[in-house]
Amino acid sequence: MGRYVVRRLLQMIPVFVGATLLIFLMVNVMGDPIAGLCGDRECDPATAAQLRHEFGLDKPVWQQYLTYMGNVFTGDFGTAFNGQEVTELMASAFPVTIRLTIVAILFEIVIGITLGVVTGLRRGRPVDTGALVVTLVVISVPTFVTGLLLQLLLGVEWGWIRPSVSSEAPFDELIVPGLVLASVSLAYVTRLTRTSIAENTRADYVRTAVAKGLPRHRVIRKHLLRNSLIPVVTFIGTDIGALMGGAIVTERIFNIHGVGYQLYQGILRQNTQTVVGFVTVLVLVFLAANLIVDLLYAVLDPRIRYA
Amino acid sequence: MRGATHARWIAGAAAVALAATACGGGGDDDGDGGSGTGDTGAVLSSSWGDPQNPLEPANTNEVQGGKVLSMIFRGLKQYDPKTGEAEDMLAEDIETSDSQNFTITVKDGWTFSNGEKVTAKSFVDAWNYGASLENNQKNAYFFEYIQGYDKTHPDDGGKQTADTLSGLKVTGDNTFTVKLTQKFSTFPDTLGYNAYAPLPQSFFTDHDAWVAKPVGNGPYEVDSYTKGSQLSLRKWDDYPGEDKAQNGGVDLKVYTDNNTAYTDLMAGNLDLVDDVPAAQLKNVEADLGDRYINTPAGIIQTLSFPFYDEEWGKDGMEKVREGLSRAIDRDQITDTIFQKTRTPATDWTSPVLGEEGGYKEGLCGDACEYDAAAAKKLVEEGGGLPGGQVKITYNADTGSHKQWVDAVCNSINNALDNDKACVGNPVGTFADFRNQITDRKMSGPFRAGWQMDYPLIQNFLQPLYYTNASSNDGKWSNAQFDKLVDEANAESDTAKAVSTFQQAEEVVRDNMAAIPLWYQNGSAGYSERLSDVSLNPFSVPVYDQIKVS
Repeated sequence: MGRYVVRRLLQMIPVFVGATLLIFLMVNVMGDPIAGLCGDRECDPATAAQLRHEFGLDKPVWQQYLTYMGNVFTGDFGTAFNGQEVTELMASAFPVTIRLTIVAILFEIVIGITLGVVTGLRRGRPVDTGALVVTLVVISVPTFVTGLLLQLLLGVEWGWIRPSVSSEAPFDELIVPGLVLASVSLAYVTRLTRTSIAENTRADYVRTAVAKGLPRHRVIRKHLLRNSLIPVVTFIGTDIGALMGGAIVTERIFNIHGVGYQLYQGILRQNTQTVVGFVTVLVLVFLAANLIVDLLYAVLDPRIRYA
Repeated sequence: MRGATHARWIAGAAAVALAATACGGGGDDDGDGGSGTGDTGAVLSSSWGDPQNPLEPANTNEVQGGKVLSMIFRGLKQYDPKTGEAEDMLAEDIETSDSQNFTITVKDGWTFSNGEKVTAKSFVDAWNYGASLENNQKNAYFFEYIQGYDKTHPDDGGKQTADTLSGLKVTGDNTFTVKLTQKFSTFPDTLGYNAYAPLPQSFFTDHDAWVAKPVGNGPYEVDSYTKGSQLSLRKWDDYPGEDKAQNGGVDLKVYTDNNTAYTDLMAGNLDLVDDVPAAQLKNVEADLGDRYINTPAGIIQTLSFPFYDEEWGKDGMEKVREGLSRAIDRDQITDTIFQKTRTPATDWTSPVLGEEGGYKEGLCGDACEYDAAAAKKLVEEGGGLPGGQVKITYNADTGSHKQWVDAVCNSINNALDNDKACVGNPVGTFADFRNQITDRKMSGPFRAGWQMDYPLIQNFLQPLYYTNASSNDGKWSNAQFDKLVDEANAESDTAKAVSTFQQAEEVVRDNMAAIPLWYQNGSAGYSERLSDVSLNPFSVPVYDQIKVS
């Protein structure tokens, strides 16, 4: 197990370097960011040159990349164009997005899995058909439509929630945005769980458990669910990274100042330091989530062992 | 419609609740009727965008940061929120005999909100800081007319040989002199711009702390500033000026999307939005009634041309440019695309200047009137479109430019009876768009917008059309125009200077150096709690005059 973890951690290094290099190149291809800094007029050449020098933009890209990576290992992610340290931006953005992701994941786990188990056990019944139709609708409607609709109905028409999230972004204000963010994945989790459960209800070990005379809830929880969860855990695990990076639409609609917002601003202003910094961290989150998923397999199913 | 009334009810309820709780804070709720009275202790909330640069007077060149500076700073001059006229604020007196050497006296009795006195030195230090290359101030060019600028800010990027401007001299506690490199009669009127604001010593001694929580001398002081999310301004009780804040303060809240800000206004969570999203223009009157403001601002949009391009720069092309101008149905586009938040342009300035300031309705004449037949004829006479097609370049990331560029092209195509006469050419980001302009890569007309720095006709002409001027993106150059501008700047009689500038503007017209499209309005919407809301000529709300009930 220990060797497996070490090997996985080592594998992360090339992925990490490759991903950051790609992002670095992509942002640089977009051209000179200083040009957009002076508004609808040309920066005077001397100031532009000075700024370029200050942000290290006057060096060749490979050198910029090396300097950047060198600094990253000492925890210095550079400075954004508005004079703020990128680490400072991260410190304000990541906690918000992490809270939002936690809410979304909780929705996925609680509602998604429960609904999946219920429908999986009642295949072909009205509950099952109903849930299938609902999930189909959720999957086919884009997130921004769901978001704006809920914002309008709950926020403006009925006044149940505030249409925008305040800058502190506490958990209770994130419930609706979290639901919106989770909606599509939620539908997938439901369908995945349902199929998995439906398949495993006919498995030998379930029949054995029932034949032993175990109570129904014990059969479902300890035998059926535990074995059916492997694909679901894989999905939710990879979804953590996707949710954090993909929250741009939701964060924009509900005015949440999280990672999506910072990334959006960074791209608009072509701020290499911000974009690369945030993406670097997101890549790390993604890799870590994947590792945890793989480790969880062993917990769920002891037959899966890692050498 | 039903939604609208509902939202109004919520907003009303919220207003009542807020008014009931907010009165505790030192306000005088004498309440003698009418909307004219306000609770001077009550705080209002307003939408805001994250400023692009650190909040320093000489480093802020966009509206969002400028908004804050105009609340926490007062300069030598102040532009009247209604007429745009430059009036003395901290300036006791600005004297000159030759339009080149100025003696400025600062009023006594002004202090910064930290108690420090505002003296001549506060201005001179601030201007020297702004002009010095090593401070990277993006508005440094505002000091380019002051003698010694070339030493503190060498244009070739070489090392600066002086830290201070030789043209600035402190001659007493409250007096200083300014020596310009050329005659510039309207120079005093430019001094209301934020870049010329005075700075306290703490700006220089502990710069990081100052930027984290700016200290100025305006009617508001910064209470707290959380970058990227909120800036809380509170009324400065000891403010010595006449224009004291009529409310207890303003909370500027950063919105990622102006649609969300509008939704928040509808739900009663926000008092003021100063940018009504384009998608809501159709509903805004029904939603807000007379709480929607739509007034002209000092912004004009034009199409510029690459005069460095062989095809576009050659003689005779002015006919093609005029033909294109006549092929654009401005009335229809401003009505349908912009819902009347733009006014078809008939000159190259802005109506906010007023007639005395140099705005001249109809100066463009026929050249700005839609006439398909004339347009076709002019384009043919001029030798046809270069390459048989014009591509209008614009940035697609902000400001929904695609819609109007497509409409303009459609109008040109119809007028010229040619499906392929005009196409839009989107560029991904604003920075890339600016890049292509700076690198002279434009091959046809491109979007240009000009928001005035100060309400002077000079500001609408010189930076844009003077040879090698800072914003002359098309690199247009005309000796007669330059000569007239120089003459106007040397003219000490304001009325004469303005009319000389207008002659220069006629040169722009005769050559069609840029096609004027429309004047942009400022738009705002506010909640029932507020009254006396107005926008100044820069399309920024006049925050200090807003009353909260």
